[in-house]
Amino acid sequence: MKVQFADVSMRFGAMEVLQHVTIGVEEGEFLCIVGPSGCGKSTLLNIAGGFLAPVAGSVTIDGETVTAPDRRRIFVFQERGVFPWLTVEGNIGFGLFDMPEEARRQRVAQYIQLVGLDGFEKAYPRELSGGMKQRVEVARALAVNPDVLFLDEPFGALDSITRLQMRSELLRIWRAERKTVLFVTHDIEESVQLADRVVVMSARPGRIRRVVDIDIAHPRDLSSTRYIELRDLIFGEIGLAHQV
Amino acid sequence: MRSPIQHSTFNIEHSTFRFVLPLITSAIILAIWAIAVKLSGTKIFPSPAAVAKAIASLSEKSLLWRYIGDSLARVFAGYLAAIAVGIPIGFLMGWHAPLARAINPLIQMLRPISPLAWMPVAVIWFGVSNAAPIFLIFLASLFPIIVAAMNGVRNVPPMYLQAGRNFGLSTRQLMIRVVAPAVLPRIIVGLRLAFGIAWVVLVAAEMIAVDSGLGYLIIDARNAGKRYDLVVAGMLMIGVIGLLLDTGIRRVEEWIGKN
Amino acid sequence: MTESSATLRRNVSRSRLLPLTGIFVALAAWQITVSMRPSLIPGPIVVGRAIGELAVRGLLVKYVVASLFRVTWGYLAALAIAIPFGLALGMITLGEMAINPILQVLRPISPLAWIPIAILWFGVGDVSAIFLIFLASFLPLTVATMNAVHNIDPVHLAAARNFGVPLRARVADVLVPAILPQLIVAMRIALGVAWLVVVAAEMIAVNSGLGFLIVDARNAGDRYDLVIAGMVLIGAIGVVLDLLMRRLERLDSVRWGYAAE
Repeated sequence: MKVQFADVSMRFGAMEVLQHVTIGVEEGEFLCIVGPSGCGKSTLLNIAGGFLAPVAGSVTIDGETVTAPDRRRIFVFQERGVFPWLTVEGNIGFGLFDMPEEARRQRVAQYIQLVGLDGFEKAYPRELSGGMKQRVEVARALAVNPDVLFLDEPFGALDSITRLQMRSELLRIWRAERKTVLFVTHDIEESVQLADRVVVMSARPGRIRRVVDIDIAHPRDLSSTRYIELRDLIFGEIGLAHQV
Repeated sequence: MRSPIQHSTFNIEHSTFRFVLPLITSAIILAIWAIAVKLSGTKIFPSPAAVAKAIASLSEKSLLWRYIGDSLARVFAGYLAAIAVGIPIGFLMGWHAPLARAINPLIQMLRPISPLAWMPVAVIWFGVSNAAPIFLIFLASLFPIIVAAMNGVRNVPPMYLQAGRNFGLSTRQLMIRVVAPAVLPRIIVGLRLAFGIAWVVLVAAEMIAVDSGLGYLIIDARNAGKRYDLVVAGMLMIGVIGLLLDTGIRRVEEWIGKN
Repeated sequence: MTESSATLRRNVSRSRLLPLTGIFVALAAWQITVSMRPSLIPGPIVVGRAIGELAVRGLLVKYVVASLFRVTWGYLAALAIAIPFGLALGMITLGEMAINPILQVLRPISPLAWIPIAILWFGVGDVSAIFLIFLASFLPLTVATMNAVHNIDPVHLAAARNFGVPLRARVADVLVPAILPQLIVAMRIALGVAWLVVVAAEMIAVNSGLGFLIVDARNAGDRYDLVIAGMVLIGAIGVVLDLLMRRLERLDSVRWGYAAE
């Protein structure tokens, strides 16, 4: 197991947010965590990232217990995580501060190309669209070659068309790098489109209701029977109706 | 530095700290002050005890309340006059961009001129009377109020105005029922800052020949007899009263924010 | 609204001359009032001549430089101390809780109220004036820096920790750039205050400078034309200083911090 959640529980004051969360994530796996608002999925991610300490249980990555943020496991926030005072180049190179100049430049160029931002090296975030800023953040995260990537509703602030495009982009990039990915979303369709496995959380206090294997090969056809089956399975698990 | 997701388990300790820590720091500062005065053997600079005594003696002679009252009266007179004049001007400027562009440079030129520099002019126009310092306070508060009103109006979200027109409001009704409420929370901050300025300018304003007030106290105490205990007493009272007034206006701000 | 009047309105509002009309109108009103009701206060033309007189006597440059000199020293000293101090207070919560209330009590105290103490400690002269300017700029800068640190998006700090950036670099490469936009605005305002105060400070304690000019011109011979000339110069230089500082706000590494115009 690359990442192991062992009986993780969390409380804020008197409020129980997470209860006995246990799950393992394989190396190179793309794991989605879905659940209703307030179910603690972001909290879970923050605990795994070392930004919060659980009141019980632990998270281990490669056997090491997580106690603090670390550059081997990078968090991708929504596009506002990008530093507005640095250019695209500056942002992507941010974590590479102990690399020699030339090597850093090559690395940055490599990832600019990977995320499809050629030509925008010297642009500032305020000149970019939401989707582009998101790509900068992903590139920044990947450039330091982390073991694990945490994404917390990264596409939440984007319009739905951009979101679809970004999902394809993310999968393409992921396939090129094969990092272990933990991806939190409230969008069930998104989870079925992206993940190898989907962890369905209950409402607060957050517990794992079900873990669903998404056994469809990429690229996933959004009209295929299996896709709809799995999607409806998760809908049902969360208790949502099929009609609007 | 703080972590991003801060759910503080500190809460109880927080409010105790908030109260106790500054008290401790103040005590330390007072101690250092007292010791420094003793060690340096100065005959002029007062110790904290001397300052306290000075305040007490002023209060006994009931000069304290008279001075505070006079200062407050001058500040409020000048400040309210500035509101009466500044808000309409600011509104108009915010509403008509060309008007703003025309008048703004004039305002920018007048603003850096210290109230003290206006003193000779004030004396010529108003003579040596209460009106002169009030005029200076008026001037100092006027410009920030105009700017606050102007920016407040400019920043009213256009969709409010569109909605208003959609419902058939005339310009006058628009002003009263849409612009004024929308602008109020934004302006209040500017008004508070302007009041802070008015309060600070008080000292400068009272350097003109008046015969009462906290600013007068400071200048006169030194001139008339090197009474530095009164000087520091005056400074402290200015500081504390200014802070209280500022906090008061903040409360009003919050109250308005909620309604 | 007809075509031509709409065009006229548009042209008027875009005209470069528009910003000057306010000043022209004020000047005209000033001249008219003075002509109708003569008083000790001279009109714009007389004042203009007074400025010329200053220039010819070589005093114009001398006084302006003297005032600017004092501002520079006091202001730079304030920057050098207030910004690190404000950073520290912003980062160390306990420190802020301990010291902030004291700052809040000191803030409403006019720099001019410190004049007696300044004279006591530094005597009459340049140092006193510079001390007053330092005081006037120091407190607002400290408070503004402290608040700017509070307003940093926590996401940026979290990202810096995530990438394993050591503390010193976190302050220099993340904290400071993040607060720079707010800081520059505060610096501009503080410079305005410093300029305001230098004039007042000079009225008390020195023998050169624009503030001195105003006091001296009146005391030495009721030269109200020089008094107003001094005021005009003060206003003009204040505007120039403000505009220069606003330029800083257009730097790329800072522009992001201001709402879209």
